Amino acid sequence: MTRKRKRLYIVLGGLALLGVATALVLSAFQDNLVFFYSPSDITAKNVPDGRSIRVGGLVEKNSVKRESDGVTLDFRISDGSQTVPVSYRGDVPDLFREGQGVVAEGKLNKGTFIASTVLAKHDENYMPPEVVDALKRSGHWQETGPKP
Amino acid sequence: MLRLANPNRFMQWSGKLLPWCAIATVILLGVGTYMALFVAPPDYQQGESVRIMYIHVPSAMMSTFVYAVMAVSSAVALIWRHPVADIAARESAPLGAGFTLLCLVTGSLWGKPMWGAWWVWDARLTSELVLFFLYLGYIALVNAFDEPTRGARAGAILALVGVINLPIIKFSVDWWNTLHQPESIFRLGGPTIAPSMLWPLLIMVLGFAAFFVTLLLLRMRSALMAAKLRAIRLQQIEAA
Repeated sequence: MTRKRKRLYIVLGGLALLGVATALVLSAFQDNLVFFYSPSDITAKNVPDGRSIRVGGLVEKNSVKRESDGVTLDFRISDGSQTVPVSYRGDVPDLFREGQGVVAEGKLNKGTFIASTVLAKHDENYMPPEVVDALKRSGHWQETGPKP
Repeated sequence: MLRLANPNRFMQWSGKLLPWCAIATVILLGVGTYMALFVAPPDYQQGESVRIMYIHVPSAMMSTFVYAVMAVSSAVALIWRHPVADIAARESAPLGAGFTLLCLVTGSLWGKPMWGAWWVWDARLTSELVLFFLYLGYIALVNAFDEPTRGARAGAILALVGVINLPIIKFSVDWWNTLHQPESIFRLGGPTIAPSMLWPLLIMVLGFAAFFVTLLLLRMRSALMAAKLRAIRLQQIEAA
């Protein structure tokens, strides 16, 4: 009985130590584990030009413009307080539209973010189209997006 | 509990339970698949692609659930030295690896049309990939020893160390910003999936769980029978 007890305590103690160690490591690497920066982070951290980063937020309303060459797409990514202008040449995913959450990969160039890839981010809400129509009709619809 | 886990008693009750689990699997997966494909509505954003969810979410849930089963069995085997617990852990691993692979593949197929990428290295996807490697590492380690009991003990320790990955997978979407969307079902404030989509999903989850129990019982029974067969052969050789 005592030996079983002892093994139980060793296993529990080992797991507790492992948990503490992992928590410390993860909190130390907190900054490196984020997938993207918000426009506010970009402004606050003074990210230098030419470094590869990802910017995430909502595509600002009325900001999407196709340039005259027909390929380049200009829009602004917003997190509610700050915005970053983005320029992108290439195909956008189906979900890309104004008000939609996006993550762009690329580099800053004199305040403009030159994106090499644009990914769409959808939220955790799933519902049939009819429900959305009904919500919109009754005025209860809220556009939601990724948390900054 | 311990009495039910005696190998002979285990063979008795698992033999009775097995056909019922198999029947439940067929009914739940049949009804669930029909509802997922024909009854559930398309999503307002994702359209028909949302139907991948009915495979992706259950396999993701099972990938972590099976690991939890494997870890608890490993702990019981380490602490109380119970032979059936060892077998339960060892026989769970390939099933868990299968669910994890299914989760990764369906997620990839879903990610391309919705996000625009087959794969990204965000916290959720990476931690799920680590889970897959943990399963493979466990399987390799358990089979790497000539003496099965030593392999089982080394594997049990690895399985317990890997438990730390389960909360990381679960909370990765809350702790860090990720491309993967946050939790839709088990969250404060209730699910954010419309009931017409949630019901087919829950039936599929139960179907996957029943499928796992059926396969696990089947695998454990054959492992026990194989061990018995080896013992009988050894006796015959010694008698001769």
